[in-house]
Amino acid sequence: MSMPFYASPEQIMADKAEFARKGISRGKSIVALEFAGGVLLVAENATSLSKVGEIYDRIAFAGVGKFSEFDQLRKIGVRFADTKGYAYSREDVAGQALANAYSQAIGEVFTREMKPLEIEIIVAEVGDDRWEDHRKNSLYRVNFDGFISDHANYCVIGGNVADVETWLASNYQAGLSTADAVRMGKKALDSGSERGSNLTETTLEVCLMDRTRPGRKFTRLSVEEVRVMLDNG
Amino acid sequence: MLRPCSGGEPVDWRGNYQGSSFFELLQVEQPQLMPNISAMGQGPIDSIPHGTTVLAMRYEGGVLVAGDRLATAGHSVASRDVVKVFATDSHSCMAISGAAGPSIEMAKVLSVELEHYEKIEGQALELDGKANKLSQMIRQNLPAAMQGLAVVPLFAGFDLRRRSGRLWKFDITGGRYEEAEFDATGSGGIYARETIKQGWRSDMDQESAAKLAVDALTAAADEDRATGGIDLERRIFPIVKLCSSAGVEDCLEANIESAYRDTLARRAKGGSSS
Repeated sequence: MSMPFYASPEQIMADKAEFARKGISRGKSIVALEFAGGVLLVAENATSLSKVGEIYDRIAFAGVGKFSEFDQLRKIGVRFADTKGYAYSREDVAGQALANAYSQAIGEVFTREMKPLEIEIIVAEVGDDRWEDHRKNSLYRVNFDGFISDHANYCVIGGNVADVETWLASNYQAGLSTADAVRMGKKALDSGSERGSNLTETTLEVCLMDRTRPGRKFTRLSVEEVRVMLDNG
Repeated sequence: MLRPCSGGEPVDWRGNYQGSSFFELLQVEQPQLMPNISAMGQGPIDSIPHGTTVLAMRYEGGVLVAGDRLATAGHSVASRDVVKVFATDSHSCMAISGAAGPSIEMAKVLSVELEHYEKIEGQALELDGKANKLSQMIRQNLPAAMQGLAVVPLFAGFDLRRRSGRLWKFDITGGRYEEAEFDATGSGGIYARETIKQGWRSDMDQESAAKLAVDALTAAADEDRATGGIDLERRIFPIVKLCSSAGVEDCLEANIESAYRDTLARRAKGGSSS
């Protein structure tokens, strides 16, 4: 009589985690930075497929790993936010609730499904000057297993988080201008890039949430705008 | 699936709806949030507020949309300062006449719809696409329209590809008709249209378009008891929005007031009503 196949839960989870990490480690990195005017998101991305997107008035999304999976997550985030804003009010759509919902959904997939999501995401929320208790920015990171963490000043996801974080730990400055923040984001990603490469405006995707704008704060910077900012450094 | 409100059971984490439309998303995932009042018994409902006169006209470089501020319920005033002209996104506007509740809700859904599509697809709808979407939403409202809750809006915007202002009117079945010059709907629409017809020129600038709009709304309020005139005592002015390549802007109350005072001065000399 043959023994039925048995694998311990620890083993199954460890295997899934290793599988997901392998998928993510092949990817490039994204950094979210707080600067004087709001929150900046800089991604190493030479393609026209966006890794950074708008969710709602003050909320942006960034994802690394498998494109089809994080883009799907971006879309369900937009659906979540728009439905909530329609059912209640625009001010009721908050980054923390969205990050929590992501954490639940991603964790659920990790436990239940055969294949975990090979992604890591950032939910960034820019502060609102109108209300005393909402002035601070928020940066949340959600991992492939649903693990959620919140960050101050900067937040990094992608293939080489350790090097980029080390660089930022010793070089990050608060209160930078937009152009200075873009240059800092580029240098941080340079430090984590495989060949210590020199990223340019054509290999970067740069989006920002400008807290002084009315309504929707999200803007995508054009290649030309990024070039000007990098050149003046 | 991420759900802010309870709904049916999701198939998997992606949710049951995969498209780019917010209106369809509500139908599939959150039907209880749909602005659908079709199954509410028999017979017309006539005691709810109705909006009255709105108009739209093209000018050189854009399109203007304006509306008075009165809502009536039967023979009573329901509200003196209701807003019937809405910016639905950065370059388009919708003006409503008909049952105020469903009309205002439809303007709200349309503006979420346009923003939702833009975020999901990474690209905004063309102006034609926006007008088409609105006509589908009006068609869905047909059962309610048959009970007297008609939504008959005007939709106008600046077409960024054609570089010109465009406007559409609709009927209760969702029929969509593009107008080349101007249009006005609502109970005072016929009077507003007559006034615009006499003064409209294709090469009008923003300022003269705004003046003509004030003239037309004043004429409508003069002839139609359900249309609100400009109320200088209460400082209630019509909403006048201008859609041009720069986006949607509000016409300043000071400009509306001075145009209105010109109209009054002309009227004081007698003759025509405007």
